[in-house]
Amino acid sequence: MRTAGEAPLEHGRVAGELAVEFPDLDIVSVEVEIAGRRADPGVAERLAVLADRFRGRRAVELRREPVPAAYRVFFRHVGIDPEVRRTPIEEAAVVRLVEGGHRSAGRLDDALLLALLETAVPVTALDAVRADRPPGLRPAVRGERLGRGAAAPRLPAGRIVLADRGGPLAELFGTVAQDAAPGRGASRVRLVAVRIPGVPAIHVEEALWTCQEALSLA
Amino acid sequence: MHEQRGVGTLRPAGRPLRPSGGDQLAARRALRAQVDRLERELAAAVAASFPDGGVETAVPAAGGPRVLTLGELERLRDALAGRVADARGVLAEREERRAAARLRLERMLLAPGKHRFARVTRRELGEDGCGAWHVRPRLGIIGMLMGWWHVKLSSGCPLAT
Repeated sequence: MRTAGEAPLEHGRVAGELAVEFPDLDIVSVEVEIAGRRADPGVAERLAVLADRFRGRRAVELRREPVPAAYRVFFRHVGIDPEVRRTPIEEAAVVRLVEGGHRSAGRLDDALLLALLETAVPVTALDAVRADRPPGLRPAVRGERLGRGAAAPRLPAGRIVLADRGGPLAELFGTVAQDAAPGRGASRVRLVAVRIPGVPAIHVEEALWTCQEALSLA
Repeated sequence: MHEQRGVGTLRPAGRPLRPSGGDQLAARRALRAQVDRLERELAAAVAASFPDGGVETAVPAAGGPRVLTLGELERLRDALAGRVADARGVLAEREERRAAARLRLERMLLAPGKHRFARVTRRELGEDGCGAWHVRPRLGIIGMLMGWWHVKLSSGCPLAT
């Protein structure tokens, strides 16, 4: 159940050429405050419980579950081979099997992982100062860079990016621009989730709420 | 009486036979729907092949994320269709081997004496675990001499060293 203290979710703009190709594509974000830097013991415990419930066969069956399957299909649709670059939930599953559990990696990383494991929807965190408005989705234009400054890597034209008026913030399901990634001492972040075709909106909202809740635990 | 016209006369002269923007969009959507079905079928094949594996799923990607062209989507669809066909072959062959193993086991159970020391593993039957069905003599050497044979299911995986 949602509480009154939760910030409202905001929808970003999806560029026309993407909206035409993928009518259900949506980008949702929310700006939240991080209650502290240290990992929350309650969240770490939930991660441990989720790890215990995960077995080898589930890792194989995962690709047949509705939301993970939708991500695999979408990866194919946009030119990514999910066997080479795994979908976020499958990557988390492989890490769980290799490492034997989900290691706590700080409050923000734990919150992002918890949301992913609970909903199979990946959430990206951006620095709230840099991403002070809801980012949208669009193809990169020729000569654009991922981030500001001459050292920022160039983006191929057409690459789908999360962007605002200041330029690209992150590649879709990929690298976050260095100047848009939350620093170690960041106290506010913008959580972003992309709804893809085949994933109900409620899953995306639940991912953002789960993450928001985990970050705000005192 | 109406004049009969050939198909060629329905297209205005000089107009290229090339799909319009709307046609291309519809074609891309149709290809995406096919890719969707093939990917799901491939995923089902991978799950069905567990724990033996052997189903290849990697398909060359076009360097995304980006909107793929009609040609790229066609190549992706064809590559996936190839993988699905291969996967069906692997699974069909495996099912034949499993059916043969089931038949062997049935014969062992019906007439253990005719299949002395025969062995069928649970893996051969497509089951999880390390156990094996084995035709053994009752009471060891006495059973061997008296012709008392039965089928035993050994259980458990070898201990890790």
